[in-house]
Amino acid sequence: MPFEWVVALRFLREGRFQTALIVGGVAAGVAVFIFITALVNGLQANTIRRTLGTQAHIVVRPTEEMAQVQRPTPPGNTAMPKVEARAQRLRSIDQWEPLEAELARTPGVVDVSPMVSGPGFAVRGDASKSIAIIGIDPIRYNRIVSIGDKLVGGEFRVQPGEAVLGRDLALDLGIGVGDRVRLITANDEVVTGDTFTVTGIVDLGVRDMNRRTVYVGLRTGQSLLQLPGGVSQLDLTVTDLFDAESIAKQLAAKTGLTVESWMQTNAQLLAAINAQTITTRMIRLFVVVIVVLGIASVLVVSVVQKRREIGILRAMGAPRAKVRRVFLLQGAMVALFGSLLGCALAATMIAVFLKLARNADGTPLFDLVIGPELFVIATVGAIVCGVLAAVAPAQRAAALDPAQAIRM
Amino acid sequence: MGTPLIELAGIRKSYGVGTEVEVEVLHGIDLVLHAGEFAALIGPSGSGKSTLLNLIGLLEPPTDGSYTITGQSTGALADDELTALRGNAIGFVFQFHHLLPAFTATENVLLPRLIAVGPPTPAQREGARDLLRDVGLGDRLDYLPRKLSGGQQQRVAIARALALGSPLVLADEPTGNLDTHAADDIFALMRKFNRERGTAFLIVTHDPRLAQRCDRIIDLVDGRIASDRANVAAVVAAEARPPG
Repeated sequence: MPFEWVVALRFLREGRFQTALIVGGVAAGVAVFIFITALVNGLQANTIRRTLGTQAHIVVRPTEEMAQVQRPTPPGNTAMPKVEARAQRLRSIDQWEPLEAELARTPGVVDVSPMVSGPGFAVRGDASKSIAIIGIDPIRYNRIVSIGDKLVGGEFRVQPGEAVLGRDLALDLGIGVGDRVRLITANDEVVTGDTFTVTGIVDLGVRDMNRRTVYVGLRTGQSLLQLPGGVSQLDLTVTDLFDAESIAKQLAAKTGLTVESWMQTNAQLLAAINAQTITTRMIRLFVVVIVVLGIASVLVVSVVQKRREIGILRAMGAPRAKVRRVFLLQGAMVALFGSLLGCALAATMIAVFLKLARNADGTPLFDLVIGPELFVIATVGAIVCGVLAAVAPAQRAAALDPAQAIRM
Repeated sequence: MGTPLIELAGIRKSYGVGTEVEVEVLHGIDLVLHAGEFAALIGPSGSGKSTLLNLIGLLEPPTDGSYTITGQSTGALADDELTALRGNAIGFVFQFHHLLPAFTATENVLLPRLIAVGPPTPAQREGARDLLRDVGLGDRLDYLPRKLSGGQQQRVAIARALALGSPLVLADEPTGNLDTHAADDIFALMRKFNRERGTAFLIVTHDPRLAQRCDRIIDLVDGRIASDRANVAAVVAAEARPPG
């Protein structure tokens, strides 16, 4: 082993108690760093997953219709027309099929699914419930919100004449899988309706949606809502959730349609997540600062304690650079040992947390997903911090005047 | 006389240069030490002995004058060059031993090589152990310094000073901390290596008894060399006694 390594290791071993304290300090810091990162990431992933479980990342809709003043103002006159906002009717996205293909080609977009949705009634016997009819292609829709996971009965099948109901709606109407229900829509005062067999019941996680949602096939929906061949919105998923807003803006500019990302529709949630992220960053920053100061102060003390030895080493021909490296290495070593210990500690804390924090039914409250990369980042980061913390003490050690140091 | 090992000409040393308390400690020292010499540097406290030794040992630069060691003029050398020269040409023995407490006797002796060259080969490790056997510590090779007596620690320090075969050993009160018996042993050991290896020794001492056993006595008073004489008695005694 080269000189610097031998001496650094011996110095650390010699200052047993001091070394143990600072290694423990680094370990605690690294453990907190990893644990809080995993905890907040898990919490956020869980919140976002629950929120986006029933939402597309980006939704493309036709632009709202605007009322326009038809009669031109005669020259020389000033007109102050009173314009009433128009009632928005259900409309299809123009030329949605080529548009869909274009959206699918946009970088960052993973899947596109067409949907037609509009109001209607579900009727059984004397009971009549107001519903949202959602016509979709089940395979493609499943890629957007993984609806298959939300089934609580039957299967997600929407062939012609088949429908899937939200759980509370099924309860309200007193129907189960295999029963029949009549769906009615009214457009331009023309009432259309048909009878459907319930093939599945879904729990969308939100009672309001469970009470209103009825899934049918895309073509069935189009005919029920009298939008033959049309779709009222296109649902998109993107690779990186947090790119959704920028992609939405870009798509809005390109298509001229109304494009909304989940970040816009869930602005409050996003604000909460951002606040959480910033808080986490602050905590992590403070942990890093404390660890760096801890390492630096222990090394400063060590330089003072080892003045004579440093002087002897210099007298024996050790150049300043080597003395400096001895202390930089000590910083790195303390950080390495500390972070290895800290990784083990963090893994234990996470295991304990997963064991204790459980839902009433015994399933984990949420997943703490920690990849090995978090441990690698923490360890490498700790070593970098250790070396940085050692810069000032190492400089002091290197600057010692050997003649004075020996005389002490 | 042999080749000059070190040559000091007009060496002056001041502390606090440029301040109100500037004080000159050495007032123009001319001194030549040849290879294989065994010289004592004596003088009252505060006469500048330690300062002179530090200058010769390249631990401090002189304020004025020229200093040449092993044919190399030191005036224009950078710190790293001085450090390398110091490591190769000079071994140190200090009053308080100054071994590294975290290293065993053998490891302490190997340190100069580890610094200058790198990790020792097994043969070099054995060489260090032979050197320790030579100073009478064959049964303490792997002891930590705190398990050794003062005299034993000083033996390790001597072995360490000789480890790289430096032509010059500077000893600052090497026996100042030892009882008479141990002091005699240490002195005899230095004498032995001086004869066997031709290593030059410059020994700062307060002990007139030991100074009288050196070949040459340099007396420093108030920063000037008051006398510098060959000690005939010691030379005669040394010649009368066959080496070893």
